[in-house]
Amino acid sequence: MNLEGIAAQLAAMLLALVGAPLLTGWVNQCRARLQNRTAPPLLQPFRMLHKLFWKDAVIARDATPIYRLSPYVVFGCMLLASMIIPTVSTNLPLAPAADAIALVGLFALARLFISLAAMDIGTSFGTMGARREMLIGFLAEPAFLMVLFTTSLISNSTSLATIVSSLGQRELSILPSLAFAGVAFTMVSLAENARVPVDNPATHLELTMIHEALLLEYSGRHLALLEWAASLKLFAYSCAGLALFFPWGIAQANDRMALLLAVPVLAGKLAIGGFLLALIETMSAKMRIFRVPEFLATAFLLGVLALLVHLLLGA
Amino acid sequence: MNVGLLTIDGVLIVMAAWLCIGLAGIAALRNFKIVARILFPLSAAVSVALAALGLAGLPDTPQVAILAIGLPDLPFHLRLDALSSFFLLLLGLASAGISIFAGGYFREGEGTAPGLICLEYHIFLAAMALVLVADDAYAFMVSWEMMALSSFFLVTTNHRIPEIQRAGYLYLLVAHIGAIAILLCFGVLQANTGDYTFANMRAQHLSPFWSSCAFLLALFGFSAKAGVLPLHVWLPEAHPAAPSPVSALMSGVMLKTAIYGLVRVTFDIGGELLWWWGVVALVLGLLTAIFGVVFAAVQVDMKRLLAYSSIENIGLIVIAFGLAIVFRAYDMRALAALAMTAMLYHCLNHAVFKSLLFLATGSVLHATHERSLGKLGGLMRYMPWVGWATLVGVIACAGLPPSNGFASEWLLLQSFLFTGGLPNPYLKMLVPVFAAGVALVMALSGYVMVKFFGVIFLGRPREPRLAEANDAGALERLGLGWLVAGCVLLGLFPVYVIQVIDPIPFQLVGRGLAQSGRLGDWLLLAPVSAERASYSPILVALVTVAIVLLTFVLVRRFYHGRVRRAAPWDCGFPQQTARMQDTAEGFGQPIRQIFEPFYRMHRELPSPFDAAPRYRVEVEDPMWRWIYVRIASATESVSRVVGLLQRGRIAIYLLYSFVTLVALLFLTQV
Repeated sequence: MNLEGIAAQLAAMLLALVGAPLLTGWVNQCRARLQNRTAPPLLQPFRMLHKLFWKDAVIARDATPIYRLSPYVVFGCMLLASMIIPTVSTNLPLAPAADAIALVGLFALARLFISLAAMDIGTSFGTMGARREMLIGFLAEPAFLMVLFTTSLISNSTSLATIVSSLGQRELSILPSLAFAGVAFTMVSLAENARVPVDNPATHLELTMIHEALLLEYSGRHLALLEWAASLKLFAYSCAGLALFFPWGIAQANDRMALLLAVPVLAGKLAIGGFLLALIETMSAKMRIFRVPEFLATAFLLGVLALLVHLLLGA
Repeated sequence: MNVGLLTIDGVLIVMAAWLCIGLAGIAALRNFKIVARILFPLSAAVSVALAALGLAGLPDTPQVAILAIGLPDLPFHLRLDALSSFFLLLLGLASAGISIFAGGYFREGEGTAPGLICLEYHIFLAAMALVLVADDAYAFMVSWEMMALSSFFLVTTNHRIPEIQRAGYLYLLVAHIGAIAILLCFGVLQANTGDYTFANMRAQHLSPFWSSCAFLLALFGFSAKAGVLPLHVWLPEAHPAAPSPVSALMSGVMLKTAIYGLVRVTFDIGGELLWWWGVVALVLGLLTAIFGVVFAAVQVDMKRLLAYSSIENIGLIVIAFGLAIVFRAYDMRALAALAMTAMLYHCLNHAVFKSLLFLATGSVLHATHERSLGKLGGLMRYMPWVGWATLVGVIACAGLPPSNGFASEWLLLQSFLFTGGLPNPYLKMLVPVFAAGVALVMALSGYVMVKFFGVIFLGRPREPRLAEANDAGALERLGLGWLVAGCVLLGLFPVYVIQVIDPIPFQLVGRGLAQSGRLGDWLLLAPVSAERASYSPILVALVTVAIVLLTFVLVRRFYHGRVRRAAPWDCGFPQQTARMQDTAEGFGQPIRQIFEPFYRMHRELPSPFDAAPRYRVEVEDPMWRWIYVRIASATESVSRVVGLLQRGRIAIYLLYSFVTLVALLFLTQV
């Protein structure tokens, strides 16, 4: 591991830390405009974080240390996840630490901790949120794994950097397996990031909330960390999707010119992706909770189909 | 080992030491102090010695010994090779923690006298060790039966409770049906030579038909012990019945002896492998895993939940076993080694984390006298030691990084990714389905574990008396701590573990992962090559911990660390009671709804006008109705037909004898 590698890794980390709230701010802006509302400023998430960090953390009387530990663990997992996903460059010294399967494991670890923390206080909404979060998790996780398996089989590797560079060097053509996998991935990331057809990030209506129910008791710095972690998760999923299905523009190892170009390319791709996400959210209605398994089972089947198509047709 | 004694002698000494401890327990039959404070910790020390011996014996060439006990001219042949050594290591590691825990666990006045438990327990341990080194069918079957009987007596420790009697009977029955199949399998393997040593069986070359017969018999027989579908029914009955250290020993170690037997018969003494055996094992394994995890999700008894989770893990192990057979049959030896390593690694991991979880349920049971999840809750506050230890076990059992459970599941998923190279197109088509199933099982086990931990340890106590629960004692903590250390170390240093396992695939499929020299260094696990796939639990753990610490410090440096305590908010609803939390049934409800066809449910729902509303859901294992009840009714109708012959009059019986004689005479004439 050389100095340049460490610098690249730290740059990727800073990019994720700054880029994630920006992306959230951008999606919120697009959503507001599409819904004929006045949009909040782009930097609103940062102000929110700043405000929350200043506030006192109010904790329920009988909360255990798990409750206070979880925001940090969730934040750590999400930051590590966004550090190993190639955003602007495939030259990441930390990338070999966790491949695509370990990435899914990291997300699952974060989910376990946030669900346990929600159950810790023993309120009815907390446990309900934990149950629903785990429900979505166990359906979305295998679907996500199937998508990653498909791309791994195409590029003969589960290392994210290798997948991205080998997909990036492919000539421009639509592989049927990748098309199936792309649809599955979109559905999974909508569910995993608590987006509209599955969950509503803006709701506090008791019976419909999932992600918000988990955070219900949190306040102050803990809430700030969890909000930041949620932005990081959205950022990580977006970057993973862009890297897997639109890998062009990501700098290969030791290519400094491409690196300079990669940042604006990423910003552009994220802006388009964020707009599309807002569009999907505006145009669709939230599902009943028991329609969600059908939705995610469809994603799972599409993922398995992608794998089958690749193995049978080699495409 | 050049100290005059061979490793196998060491193993024999360990067995003898266990038997001596057991006999000492009989001598101090009612003296609870001696049994608990001296004998069980001593036995744990012996277990550690066994683990060391197993580790030492792994790279050695096989050692043999002959014990002249039993029938004349029929001595016990013993043999210690890499496979036996590995499972002895597993036995030693897990039983060390369990024994020391048992020292603090068994109390006075609970069913059987402590000295008797001590004897049965140590015979059980010694029998398992003997199974692992047996080198002829006779010694194997004798120790196998000893293992079954001693564990039967341990299961029925509280033999005055009728349910426990029933559970013990069911266990004994299934164990013996399995033992018959194993015996028949050895009968096929010796190929009419009359020589039942494994060495002779290895030398025989069976036709594909007979070797398939032997494989299927072995699969059936060892499935009964391992709890593979549909012979799993005894597991969820026996585990809740047995005292917790015994459940831990049975689930953690005894199930693995069945896996040992399966591997021994298939890869070592069975001869040529056929690819469809692997498919049979894959299908059975997948069904078992899905069935186990789906049922674990709806259980309301904590030990039953863990029993179904054991069934799930055995399913995953059998899947890896099937994959190893398929790869080996197509002569893809490096991949067979990968799958086999994943299988053995998962055996070791499961032994450690499932023992840990079972022991934790034991502590909870003693502190609260409650096994039903619906009456627990909030124990993290009163039993922090047990709570944190369980959290480690839960993370491992859910298969999350950087725990040991993730390392082996990672290897299993990796071996699935290589199936694209299989020459058989049908197999290639089936494999993604299996991979998808495995992914689903792994994700669901996370759900199960959140339910298990959340309902027992988090939230508010569902009964007021839980607030008086006491944390585990010193010996119990030591036992839990040993297994926690096992979970952490096995998870953080996968490369070392694989190097330890490596002689086994080298011996059985002719290739090891480390031999190819591409395993990676201590930091990075890369079973094929670093470009292909890599995983470094240490880095993942270190970076996550570093981020957590740095965030913690930075938040305090730039902002503050003030905390205010208040009542829970819960959307401003003030009248919260502990009854409003999810019960175990409530937490399992989504799974019940999604997998409804799997279950046989009896539901009683209250109507809005009930004065005394009652809600009751009972989930029944459908295998009872699909298979066992049918077998029972078929047996009944057959015996009814046979019963027609029994008229109870001597003349009619004489007539039968006469007819038989005439028939035989006629036959000999022809």
